[in-house]
Amino acid sequence: MTALDLLAPVLLGALLGLDVVSFPQVMISRPIVAATIAGALAGNVGAGLLAGAVLELMAMETLPVGASRYPEWGSAAVVAGTLAAVRDVPRSGALVVAVFAGIATAWAGGWSMYGLRRLNGGWAERMQPAVEAGSWRAVVGLQLRGLTADLVRAALLTLVALLVWRPIDRWLLSRWSLDLVVSHSILVAVAAAAAASAIWRLGHGATGARWYLLGGLAAGMALVVLQ
Amino acid sequence: MTGPQSSPPALAWRLRAAMFTRLFAIQGSWNYETMLGNGVGFAAEPALRALPGGRGGTAYRLALARESDYFNAHPYLASVAVGALVRAELDGQPPAQIERFRNAMCGPLGSLGDRLVWAGWLPLTALIALLAYGLGAGALTVVLLFLALYNVGHVGLRAWGIHNGWHGGLHVAAVLGHPVLRQAPLYIGRAVLFLLGAVLPLVIRRVLVSTGELPTVAAAGSPGGITAAIAALVGAAVLGGIFVRLHGRVEGWRAAIVVLAALILYSLAR
Repeated sequence: MTALDLLAPVLLGALLGLDVVSFPQVMISRPIVAATIAGALAGNVGAGLLAGAVLELMAMETLPVGASRYPEWGSAAVVAGTLAAVRDVPRSGALVVAVFAGIATAWAGGWSMYGLRRLNGGWAERMQPAVEAGSWRAVVGLQLRGLTADLVRAALLTLVALLVWRPIDRWLLSRWSLDLVVSHSILVAVAAAAAASAIWRLGHGATGARWYLLGGLAAGMALVVLQ
Repeated sequence: MTGPQSSPPALAWRLRAAMFTRLFAIQGSWNYETMLGNGVGFAAEPALRALPGGRGGTAYRLALARESDYFNAHPYLASVAVGALVRAELDGQPPAQIERFRNAMCGPLGSLGDRLVWAGWLPLTALIALLAYGLGAGALTVVLLFLALYNVGHVGLRAWGIHNGWHGGLHVAAVLGHPVLRQAPLYIGRAVLFLLGAVLPLVIRRVLVSTGELPTVAAAGSPGGITAAIAALVGAAVLGGIFVRLHGRVEGWRAAIVVLAALILYSLAR
């Protein structure tokens, strides 16, 4: 990848990383959106959508609740979507490696957000006298500083992840030996399991929960057969 | 609390628009010390300029300092608090009462928002998008469907929150007891379970079927394709059961990264 090739995904990763928490939280950072856009930018929207759908299942577990530390899927999905889409010759294992890189980046992104929050806390502490004096410059300044720092954080995360994962991706795929169907079957089974366990934990307390799930499963199977 | 709230004071349209726009950046300086506090001050600031003395006046400075203090709630439902707090400041309510109200609103706005949005609306709309994907929809349809559905709820909730906060003032808590807000998470939860069941076989099938963008997988109708799809569904059920059992010790995505790492290593070592 040339510097120019990196520019578009890095800018996209910055914007979508910002959307996760800071601004505007319209969920363009969800994997199914972010990876699809990244795939489109890399010239293969279908590959991006496929990676996004698998990552979206994985991300079902993540509840971005207040002070908890959780994976940052926005920039991560850009990395996964780009890796899934950039390759000239499609190969077995490509989706597995792209999704793996996406999850690893999301995990690192969670730590980077923790660092950002500590940084914001330090700035807030230093500006406390001005804020307590009712200075609008201090209040607005803190907000703009936090937003800018988050944008930079997400850009750096995307850049580093792409620089690290692109050669690893190429190396792994040159040695990949598993059949495509087996690779995809295991990948989608793992993703579906992550989604199922996450949703089940959220909703299992509802009356008749298992019947709703089984009813949906029956409907889904019927649709598969009809297709 | 004071008596029933009177009509709200007039507030210029551009100040309301500025407040609403700033709500989208309410978490811009989120930190472990003041959490959303500075964001609430940031969102309320345009309306506080309407206080006697204007921007920089004593009333403005005292109110802005008060509103920028520690606050924690769900970011979308924080709009209720912002509307109510601005109204209380412009009505000249006693500072001690405003501070008590701020503290009292954190818990309800946090737990209601988490149940309604993070555990309800977000998974519901994501599953609808995945259902569309599983049914064969194209990238643009899937993405636009998700963004449109999700943001009808998201933007609507923020607008509803600031409107009701502004009109209800310090009495806004009654609005949070509305049956729709109390019952919605329950119904959404059931819909999410049903959709999850429907989505899994469809998405598994689509991932395994050739899309043309990635290398061709065995066609759905071929014996290999059917075997792979059934194996994936059974594997998902078994793994899902294990992930549920592991709850509290390990999250699904963490377990997934371990399984995928093992898969990659196995493929290299073979």
